[in-house]
Amino acid sequence: MNLSSEFRDPDLCRRVLEQIQHLADSPFRFMEVCGTHTVSIFQSGIKSLLPENISHLSGPGCPVCVTHDLEVNTFLALAKMDLRLATFGDLMRVPGSRGDSLKKVQAEGARVDIVYSAFDALQLAVDNPSENVVFLAVGFETTAPTVAATVKVALKQQVENFFILPMHKLVPPALQALASDPDIRVDGLLLPGHVSTITGIEPFMFLAGDYNLPAVISGFEPLDILQSIQILLRMHKEKTPAVINSYKRAVADQGNPRARKVMQEVFKPVDTAWRGLGDIPGSGLSLRKEYLGFDARRKFEPAPLQPETNTGCKCGQVLKGKILPPQCPLFASVCTPAEPVGPCMVSTEGSCAAFFKYSL
Amino acid sequence: MSDRVLLDYGSGGKASQRLIREIFLKHLGNPGLNRLDDAALIEDLSGPLAVSTDTFTIFPLFFPGGDIGSLAVHGTVNDVAMLGAQPKYLSCAFLLEEGLDMQDLDRIAASMGRAAADCGVQVITGDTKVVPKGAADKMFINTTGIGMVIADPAPSGSRAEPGDAVLISGTMGDHGLAILTHRQGLKFETDIQSDSQALNSLTTRLIREVGDVHVLRDPTRGGLATTLNEIASQSGCEILLQEDQVPVRREVQGGCSFLGLDPLYLANEGKFICILPEDLASKALEVMRSHPAGRDAALIGYVREGQKGRVVLRTSLGGHRLLDMLEGEQLPRIC
Repeated sequence: MNLSSEFRDPDLCRRVLEQIQHLADSPFRFMEVCGTHTVSIFQSGIKSLLPENISHLSGPGCPVCVTHDLEVNTFLALAKMDLRLATFGDLMRVPGSRGDSLKKVQAEGARVDIVYSAFDALQLAVDNPSENVVFLAVGFETTAPTVAATVKVALKQQVENFFILPMHKLVPPALQALASDPDIRVDGLLLPGHVSTITGIEPFMFLAGDYNLPAVISGFEPLDILQSIQILLRMHKEKTPAVINSYKRAVADQGNPRARKVMQEVFKPVDTAWRGLGDIPGSGLSLRKEYLGFDARRKFEPAPLQPETNTGCKCGQVLKGKILPPQCPLFASVCTPAEPVGPCMVSTEGSCAAFFKYSL
Repeated sequence: MSDRVLLDYGSGGKASQRLIREIFLKHLGNPGLNRLDDAALIEDLSGPLAVSTDTFTIFPLFFPGGDIGSLAVHGTVNDVAMLGAQPKYLSCAFLLEEGLDMQDLDRIAASMGRAAADCGVQVITGDTKVVPKGAADKMFINTTGIGMVIADPAPSGSRAEPGDAVLISGTMGDHGLAILTHRQGLKFETDIQSDSQALNSLTTRLIREVGDVHVLRDPTRGGLATTLNEIASQSGCEILLQEDQVPVRREVQGGCSFLGLDPLYLANEGKFICILPEDLASKALEVMRSHPAGRDAALIGYVREGQKGRVVLRTSLGGHRLLDMLEGEQLPRIC
């Protein structure tokens, strides 16, 4: 296999691992808040190489996993109306309250197109002027700016059959909720590299300032992750918590102000509910007044089923890092990637799916 | 002949006859097929025979490194070869969508003819149906292959034993990524070509020159990871795969990182897994590497007692993790 990339070099990785082993003389719990980190930690085998007293928790970092039941039921209700849904592939198998999913309703006749970007969805609307196209707008700060840019283009080009269902979530408010939760005991955070390319480092500074939590913005290759863990450990040991950007080859400290500007022009922050974490102030995005014409909720008024409150799924506790996936009674028995109960098992970047797929 | 396929061509009447003569016999003709009887007569096969059937549907019909025609020959020839057999004859059924470009059909039949000649098989019976526009996507092809088994006992997915070595005949993921990137119009530094090729001449040499081959299996859909899981499960043993020994082209690795895909789960159409006693591994590698279809062959793992039906990956960093089967299709990620 091609290991030429220095960020995958086994020798360099082993050297950092040795340093981590040297530093880890007391128990240390870190949490990563990005699903891509989760997968990389499992896939590269880092999980099996870390010293035993370092424990690793997967936080709420996968946009599919934190999409609330009510939002899932809303897009499933839309799917049954006379319109065409455009979605990222990840949402196809997410189960709604009655076990429905986009894959299932598609087999029953709903029109669902998998797209790679919001622009593809807009193009679908332009190419099919007689149909209404609704784009399912999920994702964090990484995705929201391109959706915002698409909506601006749609307005400029007066595309009248294109709509979005805004379900975006913002990462810093969720971290604020986690950090202030007395039940959650974490000694350091691995911050999401992709999200940080947009936000920059500033929105995360409160972690060290207000909560004494060391945090590192990390890339996704094995060496990136190991180095970030090493930095976290050192800060923890020396009791010098700070927020550090160790992914400078992709993340500018100030982030991407242009992308943020587009996002802020089109969207405004609102309170929203996260699966498992509940309502978090200012953590969602809704369309501003001048773009409300693109809001699929207003246009089509879908009537979603009310979510069932008692499925037995413990995704919420998994997302908060309170339990590990195998501690959920449904894990691997009732809930599997083939028949997922909760979204942490659906998304390939969900922590339950990663445990199921990679753990020995 | 019309420049498009018409429903008439599937009628069984004169139009069908014209299509058979001017396209199929032209490219695939041989004494057996030219008889045009209701069934083919086989007089020269005896002993244990291997038979395999497969239906091919692929978008696009033409892709870098092959087309649906060559794929329909290679796919079935390879499946027969994986039983330790010498493929000899093919049947071939075309399901055509009304309106298909006749030149495309001609190119595909010509490509099948070349592929069949290259791997030493003859198409001896066939069928053509034409369905109304919209009832099929351009063209589906079914081929069935038959051949004489030359290995004794025949290799099987259930014959892997603790102590065996696991070999692979070349790089992983080329076909899957070539199709995906071609479909999406994505371009990388180097064009990625499908690896579609016949493997029967190499497997024949392996059986004749190395002997005791326990398992031959081509990792097509679901890729290496899924196929190794099938073998581990059929044989009731554990397989240890060493990530850094699995050959993957640089451009395939790059494309996979970009798209969030894993080359171990991508389809291959011209590679095979060979499992045999460890002491025969170096001889087998020598034979494989001396053949054009096995130039990049490598020893990638071992069979052991362990936990039945499980595949463990030793990662490049030296960690260990489960290598599970593919669940549904690999979908592009959003974040």
